Amino acid sequence: MYVAVKGGEKAIDAAHDWLAEVRRGDPAVAELSLAQIREQMSLAVDRVMSEGSLHDPDLAALAIKQSRGDLIEAIFLIRAYRTTLPRFGASHPIKTDTMQCQRRVSATFKDVPGGQILGPTFDYTHRLLDFKLAAEGAVPDAPVEDDPDLLAERKPHVMGFLNKDSLIETAEPDDETPPDLTRAPMELPANRALRLQNLTRADEGFLLGLAYSTQRGYARNHAFVGELRIGKVAVEMDIPELGFAVEIGEITVTECETVNQFKGSKTEPPQFTRGYGLVFGQCERKAISMALVDRALRWKELGEDNAGAPAQDEEFVLSHSDNIQATGFLEHIKLPHYVDFQSELELIRSIRAAANAAQQDTKITAE
Amino acid sequence: MSDYNFAYLDEQTKRMIRRAILKGLAIPGYQVPFASREMPMPYGWGTGGVQVTAACLTPDDTLKVIDQGADDTTNAVSIRRFFEKTAAVAVTQSTKRASVIQTRHRIPEEPLSEDQILVYQVPIPEPLRFLEPRETETRKMHALEEYGLMHVKLFEDISQHGQIATAYAYPVMVEGRYVMDPSPIPRFDNPKMEMAAIQLFGAGREQRIYAIPPYTQVVSLDFEDYPFEASKAEGACALCGADHTYLDEVIVDDDGGRMFVCSDTDYCESRRQAGHLGVEGTPYRKDAA
Amino acid sequence: MELSALSGGFDNAAHQSATAFRAIMNVTARPGVIETVSGAMPPKGLSIAAGSLLLTLCDPETKLYLAGGVDSQPIRDWLTFHTGAPLVPAAQADFALGAWEELLPLTQYAIGTDQYPDRSATLIVEMPELSQSGATLTGPGIKDSAQLSLPSLEPFQLNAALFPLGCDFFFTAGDKIAALPRTTKPESVTCM
Repeated sequence: MYVAVKGGEKAIDAAHDWLAEVRRGDPAVAELSLAQIREQMSLAVDRVMSEGSLHDPDLAALAIKQSRGDLIEAIFLIRAYRTTLPRFGASHPIKTDTMQCQRRVSATFKDVPGGQILGPTFDYTHRLLDFKLAAEGAVPDAPVEDDPDLLAERKPHVMGFLNKDSLIETAEPDDETPPDLTRAPMELPANRALRLQNLTRADEGFLLGLAYSTQRGYARNHAFVGELRIGKVAVEMDIPELGFAVEIGEITVTECETVNQFKGSKTEPPQFTRGYGLVFGQCERKAISMALVDRALRWKELGEDNAGAPAQDEEFVLSHSDNIQATGFLEHIKLPHYVDFQSELELIRSIRAAANAAQQDTKITAE
Repeated sequence: MSDYNFAYLDEQTKRMIRRAILKGLAIPGYQVPFASREMPMPYGWGTGGVQVTAACLTPDDTLKVIDQGADDTTNAVSIRRFFEKTAAVAVTQSTKRASVIQTRHRIPEEPLSEDQILVYQVPIPEPLRFLEPRETETRKMHALEEYGLMHVKLFEDISQHGQIATAYAYPVMVEGRYVMDPSPIPRFDNPKMEMAAIQLFGAGREQRIYAIPPYTQVVSLDFEDYPFEASKAEGACALCGADHTYLDEVIVDDDGGRMFVCSDTDYCESRRQAGHLGVEGTPYRKDAA
Repeated sequence: MELSALSGGFDNAAHQSATAFRAIMNVTARPGVIETVSGAMPPKGLSIAAGSLLLTLCDPETKLYLAGGVDSQPIRDWLTFHTGAPLVPAAQADFALGAWEELLPLTQYAIGTDQYPDRSATLIVEMPELSQSGATLTGPGIKDSAQLSLPSLEPFQLNAALFPLGCDFFFTAGDKIAALPRTTKPESVTCM
């Protein structure tokens, strides 16, 4: 006698209860507050905002808490929430040249007008575990006060200086409304605005790997970081009832502009070219990767050769960059597939039976 | 934030999906691009089917959700609950009583009627994808009706294995024009696709919707000397004795002993209710479930 | 804008548009079937069925062409207020609305492209009445054959010959709706 297994409903409920329990961990250990995550896991919060395409540090902190620190899961929570939000309108383009920079470095010039600001970077830390951090209740050092004069000082884009001598391609402002890949299906070939939109939401690890591959020779494009800046910018929006634009808030972004060597092509003179990266929050690894991949994808418009490298392949890059799509499809293979598997079983058995029969025939004939 | 719209999606999103469904019905087998939304369940779990169902449901509907033919598989349970919560529709496990059926990997055994809609969850809507990975290329192939590559693949199967080695997601030609992926249903189910109900296909991650109107010609690709065969495991269901249904193989002991049972759990139960009994079955008792 | 433009929309958009869509989908999937579609109370000159269909399917993302008599200020205002659909010339339209004679010629509408046959216009033809008589229809969605009172024959035959390109049609009269997608092959009734 056989009784078919049932109990999907009960299993799901039990799994959810168990998940809630392990999420909390040992109840003897104090629970994390959203403020703690927001303030002390701020780079995780920034990554979730950037790949979740929603600038809200508190919601990102909540998503990180709910996802037990699984950042792709947290990004997913933010994306799913974002989709349900009503759209009131579109902001004006942000003006990154008015950014209040907390960090600004240029690799191409020793000094630049406005100055280099190292800011809160891991760059020159020695990667030694700091056991002082393991001690709870340590009193932090007095916070570093922002220098208001330095913050207020306008820092022109480094790329602008190269532009003055026509040494770098000019990037003309474009008033055309960019497509919105969250509201329209992606259509290939994509314009640069759509590509950049895809890249800024893209998985950091995927972009990092692709960017690295260009450095190692798969469509090498000789990038220098012309400028990397991180800081706050104002967001302005037209309010129809008022008839003018007002500042609706400030967001932190990371912007990277690369200067890339270019020997010229049939259509373009020898000059430096640009790669561009812009992401929410402090995500400089992502912004630099984005700039390199952006530049690699521009081979066609610059009249370069297609080296057949992965980072040059628009359809490949744009179709596989989204970690929510990727993780969903990857992980879905753990769902039941026993009907398909059964059909494969039957097929393999039938092919093997046919092959065996053929072998037998050959034997008999030989005998 | 608990106050979501009827069937979760906002009205503008539903309009966009509804327009795509109508285009799909007007061009049977053609994959209509649509701006798939990010749903509160992962891609690969049926986000395309869920969006199509959400755009079709009315408050008067009775919904059935199956995965692998069963109502009780975890993801079927999860999707059914989602619509119970967000659309407050009646749900059922009975194929006959359902007005909308969302499915993954099966077509119910019970023939569907004119009053029903079958919504398929589709992972990869492009039947040519594994022959040509680029969308920019496959789109041209569909435009030019250039399906030679597909026939070459099927023919190579025959020369190598003596038969077409595609057991599920077996490609079909719809109304003599578009080659279409029927979703990963076993090829046993392919002949059922010429039916009285409306069939809608949703691929969320790949942002495509397609459709087959009732009584539309759906032909499984084959060759004159190697005609299509709707195969299934030899044998009968151990529970209800059916020998005409798609069977799942169940491993019953550590030595790999196995038996077969209907994949369509509702159909199997109805047969047992009607008094059919297989070799391992027990007479139907309502409380035994 | 007249105050009346603000009224006559769906009271419960989520439920009414869902019910209306099911009727619209059903007639599209089953050419020749006539269904009731209601919920909207459009201004004079526009049927309940056409008004309900437009509220169900149109929004700022769909371009709409108003042909002839329906291109009146009250109808424009009503549609703009309730759907936000931009009004455009025939050649750019996703949806076109009007009486049959005023919608002609069909050659002015988008029929899609080889790669995107879905980028075509849908015509909503306002009719004095609808009945299951007249032209004989065959094709997807039709078991054997169906009949529908089409306003003409040859233009629909020419349109069907364009498949997979072509326009799709809805016919509306009062609160009744029927459809003729590009796949349907209409013929004249041989003997009556």
